[in-house]
Amino acid sequence: MFIDFFYKLRAKGVPVSITEWMSFTEALYKGFMGTSLNHLYYVGRAFLVKSEAYYDMYDLAFNEYFGGVSSEGIDLEKVMEWLENPINKLPKLSPEELEEMKRILEEMKQKMDLEEMMKQFRERMKEQQERHDGGSKWIGTGGRSPFGAYGYYPGGIRVGGEGWMGSAVKVAQERRFKNYRQDIILDVRQTKMALKKLRQLRREGAEEELDIDLTIDKTAKEGGEIELVFAKSRENTIRVLLLMDTGGSMAPYADLCERLFSAAVQSEHFKDMKYLFFHNCIYQDVYEDMWNAKAVPTEKMLANFHSGYKIILVGDARMGPGELFDKYGCIDYYYSNETPGVEWLHRIKNHFEYSVWLNPTPKEYWRHPTVDAIGRVFPMYELTVDGLKDAIKALTSKVKRSAA
Amino acid sequence: MSKGNEGYRGSGDYIASKPLMEIVNVSINLAKPLVIKGEPGTGKTLLAHSIAEALGKKLLIWNVKSTTKARDGLYVYDTVQRLNDARFKDRDISDIRQYIKLGRLGQAFTSDEQIVLLIDEIDKADIEFPNDLLNELDEMSFHINELDEEVAAKHRPIVVITSNSEKELPDAFLRRCIFYYIEFPDEEMMDRIIRVHYPDIQEKLVRECIKRFYWIRQIDGLRKKPSTSELLDWIKALSMGGIHIDRITSELPFLGSLLKTEQDTERVSRVASGGSTGFRKRF
Repeated sequence: MFIDFFYKLRAKGVPVSITEWMSFTEALYKGFMGTSLNHLYYVGRAFLVKSEAYYDMYDLAFNEYFGGVSSEGIDLEKVMEWLENPINKLPKLSPEELEEMKRILEEMKQKMDLEEMMKQFRERMKEQQERHDGGSKWIGTGGRSPFGAYGYYPGGIRVGGEGWMGSAVKVAQERRFKNYRQDIILDVRQTKMALKKLRQLRREGAEEELDIDLTIDKTAKEGGEIELVFAKSRENTIRVLLLMDTGGSMAPYADLCERLFSAAVQSEHFKDMKYLFFHNCIYQDVYEDMWNAKAVPTEKMLANFHSGYKIILVGDARMGPGELFDKYGCIDYYYSNETPGVEWLHRIKNHFEYSVWLNPTPKEYWRHPTVDAIGRVFPMYELTVDGLKDAIKALTSKVKRSAA
Repeated sequence: MSKGNEGYRGSGDYIASKPLMEIVNVSINLAKPLVIKGEPGTGKTLLAHSIAEALGKKLLIWNVKSTTKARDGLYVYDTVQRLNDARFKDRDISDIRQYIKLGRLGQAFTSDEQIVLLIDEIDKADIEFPNDLLNELDEMSFHINELDEEVAAKHRPIVVITSNSEKELPDAFLRRCIFYYIEFPDEEMMDRIIRVHYPDIQEKLVRECIKRFYWIRQIDGLRKKPSTSELLDWIKALSMGGIHIDRITSELPFLGSLLKTEQDTERVSRVASGGSTGFRKRF
């Protein structure tokens, strides 16, 4: 019964599991369907949807299935749906399907006016905010979002070259790292994994916890005189400083970085977790906000954060060679740096005991003068689950790692 | 299944929306834990109190903190006490049972009547915490290793779990629960909520406050939007301070009870004075 509804929900992006569907069915059998559609709506939602972020999608599926309100703006809807599906399915695509997708995409690009697309995109964003206090994740979260998702493919399948990315840049720029912080719903398993991996940074500290074995030992030795022995508990003393590139070429990865960022910020396991932003490369200033408005002198950053902070830099490391190696090389014409970027990077590297660079671009594309050069300064890892794992290992290794 | 008069219908001092009542009843009848999410001040915690009161059941509260371990809710084995007793030979220590102290969940299981168990702010704990409780909540039983005994629920407790979504709850955990997101109350609902708390306050004052309150909430870029409890405080302050209604509209007195950070206060007063971007004076 209703099994189509189940598929409809899944098609809309609500991650309903079989377990949940079965409990829902059970509830229906037990007579909780009630008499009204209204009833069914709420009961269904409580059983099938486990995050308010999906409420909107549930509504859509419900309406479509039970024919409530006819949805307007069909065209847009179709486009969205179309955009939504291929990206969802991507990891499972066969090469033929992939080709097919690329082809359709090309067609789309020709048919659809970019401007029109942007307009719709904006409308959608507006709609989204109105409807859901910005909570709905139509645009933005990884796998499900048509717009944010261009740059990154979970299963390691990466299609297309620059051209494709190019269009994504524009679209994604609109919101870029906007929602970074707060309650971005990290529904993707990979990010959870990332969070777990980041958690490995724990256990260095010193606190009080009764060590029963030692206590008994000691007590026995003292001839029954109770001697309490306290041991170090596993308190996390790790302090992390995250430095993120917000440069234009990072836009396709906004989504991915967003996830990493929220995962890091939300994890309360660190003793301290600070973040700063930079644009393309680090010069004499870093920024407290992603729009690079509130500058903090890099010198000051080095003074403020002691060498024990673990540094995670996130960026594509790809820039014009001049931007990295030259005095006054910064891409921003009005921003003159008397010290070349690479020098600053070295200073950071030397100041902190542990630092890594996470690169969201796939390793195959790393062959680039500046990527190589930065890779010589910081150990560089791919921003993937595996890469992150290695990076964390490097950050926690006992031996200070010299630049690879 | 008959839902007759037995079900939960809200209680005197708590206003539950109809869907919420339905969901509560479903979760009670199917004996599934109910996960409640929502903005602070939407009455997540109070819901459990209200259920207990309305159904005439005892309420057990397990406040979860960042250091809470799942085991704490089951039982704690007080080794130090036992060692101590062994040392001074105060008691017969051969009976481990006396050193096993049941946690909240354990108490709920062993209770002679069905009780309401509130696991408050589950997201405060470690991210693995909910998973550690999976089995216990599913089977409604757990094992005490020291005694080699199984504790099974005599009566499945009504479990209400609240979360502020500080951390995401694990999927496996959520799959076994019923989920409800309490939306922020709309103006009409808010009016009813205020009436429940302060039945005697002038209607005009309430209406004015609500108007201002929602206006403040929609201002962009607030660090912390004021919530219901803050509104209630504010209204109380205003009525006790004997502030005239006109002043509420014009100068927002006692703003401190609504906004808790300096930046927010500044932001609101800037917007209120019309100095900020694109604000059209509405009042």
